[in-house]
Amino acid sequence: MNLLLWNVLLALIWAFIMSDVTARGLAVGFVIGYLVLLFSRPLFPETRYFSKLFRAVALAVFFVVELLKSSVRVAIDVLHPDVERRMEAAVFSVPLDVKSDLGISLLANLISLTPGTLSLDVSEDRSTLFIHGMYVDDVEAARREIKEGFERRIMEVFQ
Amino acid sequence: MTTSTGHPILDIIVVALALTGAFFMIVASVGVLRLPDLLLRMHAATKAGALGTGLVLVAVAVYFGEVGMTTRALAGVAFLILTAPVAAHVIGRASYASGVKLWKETRRDELAEYYSTHSPTLVPGSEVRQDPS
Repeated sequence: MNLLLWNVLLALIWAFIMSDVTARGLAVGFVIGYLVLLFSRPLFPETRYFSKLFRAVALAVFFVVELLKSSVRVAIDVLHPDVERRMEAAVFSVPLDVKSDLGISLLANLISLTPGTLSLDVSEDRSTLFIHGMYVDDVEAARREIKEGFERRIMEVFQ
Repeated sequence: MTTSTGHPILDIIVVALALTGAFFMIVASVGVLRLPDLLLRMHAATKAGALGTGLVLVAVAVYFGEVGMTTRALAGVAFLILTAPVAAHVIGRASYASGVKLWKETRRDELAEYYSTHSPTLVPGSEVRQDPS
C-alpha cells in the first residue's frame, strides 16, 4: 500500500505545480501519477497495487450500481398498494470467507447500505454474518448473491 | 442570488438530481409508515434516506460548482455513507436483541438459532473482553 501514498503524493505535486488544486486537478494528477508508477513498474516487482487499485474502483462502481438498482426496487414496492405481499422477509446466515476485521466491517456496511439487505450481527468467531433481507424467496440464491457479489470483490481488494 | 447556474444543461442536471433525491426521501418516509416491522422500516429509512440526501448534496455541489462547496458536499456524502449503515446495524441489532417481534410473515430466522446458544452482548466493547486470552 506504500505505492498508494506515492500516488497521492504525485497527485498533490501535480496539482500544486499546475496550480490547479481542485477536485479535477487532483484527479488528473492521480491518473498521471498512476501511469508514471505503472511505467516504472519494474522497480516494484512484488507489488499488487496496480490490480488492487483497479479492483477497488470496480468495487465502488459495482456498489453504486447495486445501490441504484435496489433503491428503485424498494421504492416501487413501498409505493405499491399491496406492499406486504411483495415482501419476503427473512433472517439468514452467510458463512464468511473474509477474515480481516476491516474486510468484515466493509462487507457488513456495504450490505447494510444496499436497500433490501441489513446486516444484523457477526458471530463471535467471525465466521458467520447474519443478514435481514427483504426479498429472500430463495435463501441459497441470496447467500450466493452476497458471496459472489460483494464478498468476492472485497477479497480481491484486501488479500 | 440567482436560481440558475447560467448553463441550461447544468440546470437540468441539478434539477434532476435534487428532484430524484427528494423523491427517495419521500419514499423513505412512506416506507417507514407502510412497512410491517422495525427491521423492514430500517431498510426504508436508512438507505432510501441516505441515497436521497446524497443526491441532494451532489446537486448542491453541481449547482455551486466551486471547490469549497464541492469539497463540503463530498465530505457530507462520505460521512453519510460511513455512518448510515453503522446506525442501521446498531439499531437493528439492538431491537432484535431486546426482543422486538419480527413481522409474522418473516420466512425464517437463523439468528434466533444462534442466539439460543450465544446470548448477544449489547454493551460496547464487551465483545473484546470476552476474547479468551
